[in-house]
Amino acid sequence: MTHPSTQPPRLIGEALQVGYDAQRVLDGVDIAIAEGKLTVLPGPNGSGKSTLLKTLARTLTPSAGHVYLDGKDIHRRNTREVATQLGILPQGPVAPEGLSVKQLVSMGRFPHQRLWQRDAVQDANAISEAMAYTNVTEFAERNVDALSGGQRQRCWIAMVLAQQTDLMLLDEPTTFLDLKVQVDLLDLLSRLAHERGRTLLLVLHDLNLAAAYADHLVMMCDGQIITSGAPSEVFTATNLKRVFDLDAHVIDDPESGNPICIPRKRPAKNVEKAAKECITQRRLA
Amino acid sequence: MTTSPLLKHPTNLMGILQLRRSWAVNGLLSLSLLASIGLSLCLGSFPTPLGEVLHALAAPRQSDIAFIIWELRLPRILLAVLVGAALAIAGAILQGIVRNPLASPDVIGITSGAAMAAVMFLALLSPQLSISWLPLAALCGALFAALLVFLLAWKDGVSPTRMVLVGIGLAAAMGAVTTLLIVISDDTAAMVAYVWLTGSLYAAQWQDVMGMLPWLLVAVPLCLSYARHMDTMALGDSVAQGLGVSLLRSRLVLMACSVALAGAAVAFAGGLSFVGLMAPHMAAKLVGRQFARLVPVSGLIGALIVLYADLLGRVAFLPKDLPAGVFVSGIGAPFFVYLLHRTRHRRD
Repeated sequence: MTHPSTQPPRLIGEALQVGYDAQRVLDGVDIAIAEGKLTVLPGPNGSGKSTLLKTLARTLTPSAGHVYLDGKDIHRRNTREVATQLGILPQGPVAPEGLSVKQLVSMGRFPHQRLWQRDAVQDANAISEAMAYTNVTEFAERNVDALSGGQRQRCWIAMVLAQQTDLMLLDEPTTFLDLKVQVDLLDLLSRLAHERGRTLLLVLHDLNLAAAYADHLVMMCDGQIITSGAPSEVFTATNLKRVFDLDAHVIDDPESGNPICIPRKRPAKNVEKAAKECITQRRLA
Repeated sequence: MTTSPLLKHPTNLMGILQLRRSWAVNGLLSLSLLASIGLSLCLGSFPTPLGEVLHALAAPRQSDIAFIIWELRLPRILLAVLVGAALAIAGAILQGIVRNPLASPDVIGITSGAAMAAVMFLALLSPQLSISWLPLAALCGALFAALLVFLLAWKDGVSPTRMVLVGIGLAAAMGAVTTLLIVISDDTAAMVAYVWLTGSLYAAQWQDVMGMLPWLLVAVPLCLSYARHMDTMALGDSVAQGLGVSLLRSRLVLMACSVALAGAAVAFAGGLSFVGLMAPHMAAKLVGRQFARLVPVSGLIGALIVLYADLLGRVAFLPKDLPAGVFVSGIGAPFFVYLLHRTRHRRD
């Protein structure tokens, strides 16, 4: 079932620094994405996870440090050639009005096509396979903007699948969706890693879903990686407090054995204290 | 013929129907353009029966009618077709680049740049220099305006929104300069400038047609070779980048095509506004926004619009010959208001 992770990582970030207008969002990040695994960057906004994903995806250029894909600097490589090996799904993509699901999915073939040279059979196969895998074949001719949030997101994932890349980076693919739909999508993505040997990196908001699905968790705070490892090792009450400032206790799911966090309700006194702290902090800022 | 691999998948059926529809639309529009050219050749201050027109076309330089058809009507009609197609395609490209259905060469400053340069030429240089240099001046103006928009909108690459905002500002500034130039120039120059600004195909000659044609022959295939880039860019910058599209290069090439087409059209026919806005919209209604289908249909519709606007100007108010721009704006301005109204209501 699971592939042995003996292969060396193909996508590596070294000493990455990224800043928007004098504010540093990534501060010396080193990361290697494990081959054939589902790696998750969990947690709240503002810690630099999305920025890290965009930098690894070459959408953002770091001010210092390098991203290497197969040992070559990704920001210096031909972008179309990179796109045959690395697929990206940015956060909250919007399909233009009137675009059909089939048309959207076929866009994934772009990096494999040249003006005078394209393999129609291979393209058609990749497209129908991607649609079948994500269960969107039945809406192939419907317009993307007429579908529900979860169906739409499956179409976008199908587009990235049609790209037939070994590596896939997805920025919050489950945000604003119902829990049931989130679970369906994560099942789909983890099958990609475990059955197809694809390497996936996901940014996820929900800590418990991250712990349930990730092979590898990377915990970030203030633009730095604080800790990383298998959920059973790093998803602990101490780390949740240290990285996300979350008071919670962690138990193991009796059925799956995955760690789950349960936030602690604060007693009324502490809530007042926290509110006061918050106000003084705002005044200082 | 062997069965196409695409036919093996049942889901391709609708796609094939859409393709059929696109062929049908192209075919019908081409036929009506041919018919309209025929009609335009017949109509004028000396209406000519179709038989005589065909006879004259077959035997140039042998009768007065042949002279009227070959030297007066045909170049004017062909220029109208080329200019209309160029403006429409320039508009389709711009709407794609900036991802806004209200964009057009008029809105983003390209037309105003050409107009400013042309009026500058008429007001300051025309007694010394021959009027045949006017198209070159207008083209330079269009290019200058486009470069300025690109430079002023630059901040780690060009974002569509900044381009629109800078373009609108620049168009207003250049419009002010144009008005100032007309006010300070003498009456004859001001008169010529006014007619030119409205957009007129009056006294079009073969050399104008031949001057216009190369721009289309180069820019249209070039922009079509970037059709798939354009379609991926419609999904947003990050998605397009992820698919391996070089955003800056694609935008530069497509923008250059748009400037060349709009600049050349304005150079030879003046400031015909609204064609670049209307035609791509109607085309999108017929065949959708996929760029490779949108471009030919937009071109055909643009050609028809300018052809009929000029025909009206030529024959409806005889013996007066009114500028085609009057009629294009007459339909275009209400259309623009309708679009604004519709976009606002969709947002609500």
